[in-house]
Amino acid sequence: MAEVAISIRNVSKSFGSLRVLKEISFDIPKSQVFAFIGPSGAGKSTLVRALNGLEGIDAGEILVEGVSVHDRRTDINRLRTNIGFVSQSFNLYPHLDVLGNVTLAPVHVKRQGQEEARERALAILGSLGLADKARSFPQQLSGGQQQRVAIARAMAMDPHMILFDEPTSALDPELIKEVLDAIRQLASTGMTMVVVTHEMSFAREICERIVFMNQGSVLEITPPQEFFSNPKTERAREFLGKILHH
Amino acid sequence: MYIMNWGVIAQNLPLFLRGALLTLKISLLALVLSIPIGAFAGLCRVSRNRVISFLAACYVEFFRGVPLLVLLMWIFFVLGRILRLGSYWSAIAGLAIFSGAFVAEIVRAGIEAIPKGQMEAARSSGMTYVQAMKLVVLPQALRKVLPPLASQFIILIKDSSLVSVISVVDLTLIGKNLVATTFRSIEVWSFIAVIYFCMTFSLSKFIAFFERQSVRE
Repeated sequence: MAEVAISIRNVSKSFGSLRVLKEISFDIPKSQVFAFIGPSGAGKSTLVRALNGLEGIDAGEILVEGVSVHDRRTDINRLRTNIGFVSQSFNLYPHLDVLGNVTLAPVHVKRQGQEEARERALAILGSLGLADKARSFPQQLSGGQQQRVAIARAMAMDPHMILFDEPTSALDPELIKEVLDAIRQLASTGMTMVVVTHEMSFAREICERIVFMNQGSVLEITPPQEFFSNPKTERAREFLGKILHH
Repeated sequence: MYIMNWGVIAQNLPLFLRGALLTLKISLLALVLSIPIGAFAGLCRVSRNRVISFLAACYVEFFRGVPLLVLLMWIFFVLGRILRLGSYWSAIAGLAIFSGAFVAEIVRAGIEAIPKGQMEAARSSGMTYVQAMKLVVLPQALRKVLPPLASQFIILIKDSSLVSVISVVDLTLIGKNLVATTFRSIEVWSFIAVIYFCMTFSLSKFIAFFERQSVRE
């Protein structure tokens, strides 16, 4: 049995009377890639944001490397240094250049020296094909480049896992590939990853498990080949029918 | 018929200068004090702690809702007597507290104009709330608050003319006294209006220059 990176136990959450997560339980083993897919409103984003405590939960427990994320005694800031997070809207810091974006947290949170953080950042940017953009400001970059900088920023903290919340949803179609390539590259290093995505072929290619969600519930957790060729639930069949043959 | 006599201005130039300097001094001191007051109150206003945010809201609402003239009187006659402030420091305190309430709103609006994702991205990388504010949100908010802050400071210079009611000998009171002794109201008030305008206009030009600099960075 592989080591568990993230353990989700009976997690429920409501916004007012709307139950967005309904008693969700499953484990994500270390070094695996899990893709959360499903129709909008299924609770995928809420769940992935709960994994690093950006969203609170009403019941249940989420353990990251054995530490309870929502326990008030947990040092959430310290825990978050192990959990990279890349969101749909990049959220680069517009007042800093690319290098400043990537080194900010290593310097101020991990207390790395400027020089050390700089070298590490340049190495990561290089590996993502952004070496010549180190001195650019976010607004001078394309969406795809911005998202790759956001990925570099997450990687610079040497996290044990990275969460992606619809990383390509805000991108022009022709910019999606460069971002997916970057995520692919990360997956090949054995990084534990959770990816909320609508890119089905990408999910099929890189992930170990598809987590199919609908209306706040997890309907199935299956290997991608199985999910795409022979989904277990009627809802998944219907969902795939709609998105694969549109 | 009224015959202009601008000699009254020339003869009393040193007096005008003294008044103008005092106006500048009071405005500047009030301004320097209102920035930390306003920044602190503005930060409290966006705090997630409801009690802190409520107290800051009370400060802002109360001092925005009381006329400055009344506030100056109250500080001079009530607070000033208890604390033995004197007219000069009562004036500065009144202006600073009054202006601070407006600065607080400007700071709050500046912080709230920064997309929530910025705070989230910073917190996701393990920063504390204070670190995220200091390193990510405030540097961006600062740029947004400069223009409204500049207007606020121009208002502050103009509002400072009210301190004459608590017998601070600023430019306005000098004018009042001169008119009382020379009866040259047209000349005196025209000249004083020009002095006030010169002060606020040069401040506004200076701020515009400063803004261009920060944009170029």
